Amino acid sequence: MKNKYSIFSLFKNAFSYHENWEKAWKDPEPKNEYDAVIVGGGGHGLATAYYLAKKHNMKNIAVVEKGWIGGGNTGRNTTIIRSNYLWDASAGLYDHALKIWEGLSQELNYNIMFSQRGVMNLAHNLQDVRDLKRRTHANRLNGIDAVYLSTEEVKKFCPIINTSQDIRYPVLGGTLQRRAGTARHDAVAWGYARGADEMGVDIIQNCEVKGIKRINDNIEGLETTKGFIKTKKIGVVTAGHSSVIANMAGLKLPLESKPLQALVSEPVKPIIDTVVMSNAVHAYVSQSDKGELVIGAGTDDYISYTQKGSHEIVEGTLKAILELYPIFSRMRMLRQWGGIVDICPDASPIISKTSIKGLYFNCGWGTGGFKATPGSGDLFAHTIANDEPHKLNAAFNINRFVSGDLVDEHGAAAVAH
Amino acid sequence: MFIINCPFCGKRDQSEFKAGGEAHIIRPKQPTELSDDEWAEYLFMRKNIKGVQFERWNHVHGCRKWFNIVRDTSNDEIKTVYKMGEDPPKL
Repeated sequence: MKNKYSIFSLFKNAFSYHENWEKAWKDPEPKNEYDAVIVGGGGHGLATAYYLAKKHNMKNIAVVEKGWIGGGNTGRNTTIIRSNYLWDASAGLYDHALKIWEGLSQELNYNIMFSQRGVMNLAHNLQDVRDLKRRTHANRLNGIDAVYLSTEEVKKFCPIINTSQDIRYPVLGGTLQRRAGTARHDAVAWGYARGADEMGVDIIQNCEVKGIKRINDNIEGLETTKGFIKTKKIGVVTAGHSSVIANMAGLKLPLESKPLQALVSEPVKPIIDTVVMSNAVHAYVSQSDKGELVIGAGTDDYISYTQKGSHEIVEGTLKAILELYPIFSRMRMLRQWGGIVDICPDASPIISKTSIKGLYFNCGWGTGGFKATPGSGDLFAHTIANDEPHKLNAAFNINRFVSGDLVDEHGAAAVAH
Repeated sequence: MFIINCPFCGKRDQSEFKAGGEAHIIRPKQPTELSDDEWAEYLFMRKNIKGVQFERWNHVHGCRKWFNIVRDTSNDEIKTVYKMGEDPPKL
């Protein structure tokens, strides 16, 4: 049993100069055999292990991670959380996640700094206005909070936006989801790792998967850089590298991996207390608790695993940011990076069984997986434990690309993918 | 961000081009005969290779012609460029 984090533990540890805090998770060597192995120690993978142990009583499990936990896209995203998706299946999935986010700090006894500061989506042309109004109605029918804002209301909610009607893409309105917001991305990975570790899950870092051993259509285990690990169930949650793992098992997925970029500015005093996203000009911005502006750009159109991305993508985003927020014109950008996102043809994820018994994939989150972390882990754990999907992720099966029953969120969600 | 040697225009910045995805996916000769699985394979399933990949590109802000590139997706290094209709080079 781990020591509970509280004001008293903080006080107690202050006496020893904070040098005697218990390790949040162990650093074990892999055992010979597990009941299930999760490949990928990002937020989704760690959440999957956490819920497998907690809700399905599978304690003899491991998470294998080729680098360090949370070192991939979990530490490379813009931390936006929202559930204002158009289609019923997506609304169910993302709102399930949002409901878990609301109590997650308490559940994990780990401050994930979840901040429901609202997410505002802007409309810049008449079609945007129609789409956003339609989505607002769809959200409300699904029990998701959403309001449509006029240009004046947008200005009132976020006064630094340039609502002048003579800019290239003027603000014609917007939507607001007040329950949406941000969370501290690293803390999400660390909190889930600590919680899973406490229940006996082995979190094995610096352990890269090199092959999947199977006999006929049954999984036998994993070849890794730390030796062979025997297991009957493998859950793959490797984001941009999902196709790489799938190829090891002789599977093909409907995915393309592309660099998605983000950047942060130097830290400044509080200036923007919400998240503003703009589909048409593809720019979104929020401010971290440190004071940095966190700016998200788009994906490149070519397949790449380089974690870099093209300069003109960033340039295009910053042009839009400057027109919408003239006050940022002299801000200096500190860091820029790319994460490799795996994009499905319908821009919706896959949380599914495969044609190989015991092999499960949770992938295709594309440009917006962070927001779904708790829900994704919960539903993927359900799918692995029961060998059947939960009703909330049934629509996100891999067979939809054969049946044609796609969950087409391309442009239908609040932001372009 | 890299330089692409267009077979018609020569070396240009990658921003002048549009990527067209995996190359040499052959359109089925008898679409009416195809099963749902075969349609899915043709329309959606991709190799998405980390390493050397054959792909189509269009010089959209230049000559607007399509051609093929062999590129290493793990470091964006271009191995070779060849025209549409030509056989893929042996590497």
